[in-house]
Amino acid sequence: MTHSPPLRRYSLRPNTFWLLAPAILLLVVWTQIPFVLTIYHSFRRFNLLNPERQGFVGLENFHSHLTDPIFWTAVQNTLVLVGSVLAITVLLGLVLAVLFYQDFPGRALARTLVISPFFVMPVVSALIWKNMLMHPVYGLFAWVAQRLGQEPIDWLAIYPMQSIVLMVSWQWTPFAMLLILTGLQSLSKEQLEAAKIDGANAWQEFRYIIVPHLAQTLSVVVMLETIFLLTIFAEIYASTSGGPGLATTTLPYLIYLKAFGEYRIGVAAAGAVFAVILANIVAIFVLRMIGRNLQGGRT
Amino acid sequence: MSARRVRWELTLLAYLAAGLMFFPIFWLFLTGFKSEAEAIAIPPRLFFPPTLESIQEALTRSDYGAHFLNSVISALGSTLLALLLAVPAAYAMAFYPTPRTQGTLLWMISTKMMPPVGVIIPVYLIFRDLRWLDNVWALALMYTVMNLPVVVWTLYAYFREVPHEIMEAARVDGASTAQEMLRVLLPVSGPAIASAALLSIILAWNETFWSLNLTAAQASPLSVYVASFKTAEGLFWAKMSAASMIAILPVLVMGWLAQRQLVRGLTFGAIK
Repeated sequence: MTHSPPLRRYSLRPNTFWLLAPAILLLVVWTQIPFVLTIYHSFRRFNLLNPERQGFVGLENFHSHLTDPIFWTAVQNTLVLVGSVLAITVLLGLVLAVLFYQDFPGRALARTLVISPFFVMPVVSALIWKNMLMHPVYGLFAWVAQRLGQEPIDWLAIYPMQSIVLMVSWQWTPFAMLLILTGLQSLSKEQLEAAKIDGANAWQEFRYIIVPHLAQTLSVVVMLETIFLLTIFAEIYASTSGGPGLATTTLPYLIYLKAFGEYRIGVAAAGAVFAVILANIVAIFVLRMIGRNLQGGRT
Repeated sequence: MSARRVRWELTLLAYLAAGLMFFPIFWLFLTGFKSEAEAIAIPPRLFFPPTLESIQEALTRSDYGAHFLNSVISALGSTLLALLLAVPAAYAMAFYPTPRTQGTLLWMISTKMMPPVGVIIPVYLIFRDLRWLDNVWALALMYTVMNLPVVVWTLYAYFREVPHEIMEAARVDGASTAQEMLRVLLPVSGPAIASAALLSIILAWNETFWSLNLTAAQASPLSVYVASFKTAEGLFWAKMSAASMIAILPVLVMGWLAQRQLVRGLTFGAIK
């Protein structure tokens, strides 16, 4: 700690062990131990429908994933989903943040409306999009298409991944926007005024002052969103169930299918280990940044 | 506030964006006030004789109340337990830091970055062996685990701003650790506890992965109940909308209230 409080007499120090222990214990018991057990199961054959036949199988579960095209499809779908949603939400979030950075009458209300999608239960947003908007017969999009003289499109059947991306982007754009807006609000007004006086136009101001200032904010948005998006499940569960075919089967959904559809615990556990590795690649960078900020004084 | 001149085109664009983003929710609410026939009418109706029929039907179905109660128990119960565990932990780390404090805090945050699929299988098996499956209190326990890092972090960030002298004075006057927390720290920490609680309730209320996998008919919260509309009753749009509307309304209101704390709580101080 850089700002350790001045001389504290030892006797005045409470025993912090007992203050911290319950919280730490709970997290260890329900996150660390289960993860160790996941690794344990990933090396074993264990099918809930046939529990007698279990035992150590070495790397077989991992091998069965790596040689299964379905696994690679799921990995690819996961990366496409995360990548597309990231691109859309960061871009839209940036535009919205800049719009809402301005002061205008009714801003608080408008901002509240914009961020609302983030608070909608994922299952509900899946149902809204799947039924009331994208339904090929009764959906609003179908009606609009017809009014424009087009054939209505069965979005979730023909463009399943794009539809999921749209749905998830709608939910996560507010998150990106809120974070970027917070970053923007720490931008110094003087700097912008100075640029104005020097004759910078709106684009130059945006490109050469706002964007560089936001670099750190944007990297945090990208990393945190990646971590949360890698776990997207309910939207897929409630709209496409991973289909049609495997078109929207992501890694979490595949693990869910293996565990609770086929009851193949070992194979599912091996998939889960891959999912954790994928998330940790990003988490390491986020944690490093959080750690730096903790050290850098008060937040 | 900023004295910059705002062009009206940009303001218009902001309103337009707000309208577009909110439209699906607006449409859901509108459909909730329609009859089943109106809900699937072509062309879609913006103006129609509103009816409370669908809302009434959704609410009076015997199981809706039970699912709503499960949502309340799991969200409030987990939040209460998380606060109970987090206040002492955050207090210890904020006021009596040791060389290991920062590592502990980072480790807690790191557990939040573990994807749930990484632990679902053993948790499911343990729940099965303990006969905890389909038990709303057990679900609340998992939500506590899920939200504890966010709650600890939110409180810790706030406690660090509380002057150490207040604590010191109480201590010199002979206050015990418990008294110090309850009588000195808590009365000045209302806003922090409120925002941590709001965030925790919102996250628990909307959670769907644990609830889908760990609960069935008895303990399932609204998220699972609403998910059942994906198949069997999928075409009763008015009823589906009414049920969804009531399911998201409490959290929508809380979210509006908590929008500022959201950034702080979910970024763990990575954005200032």
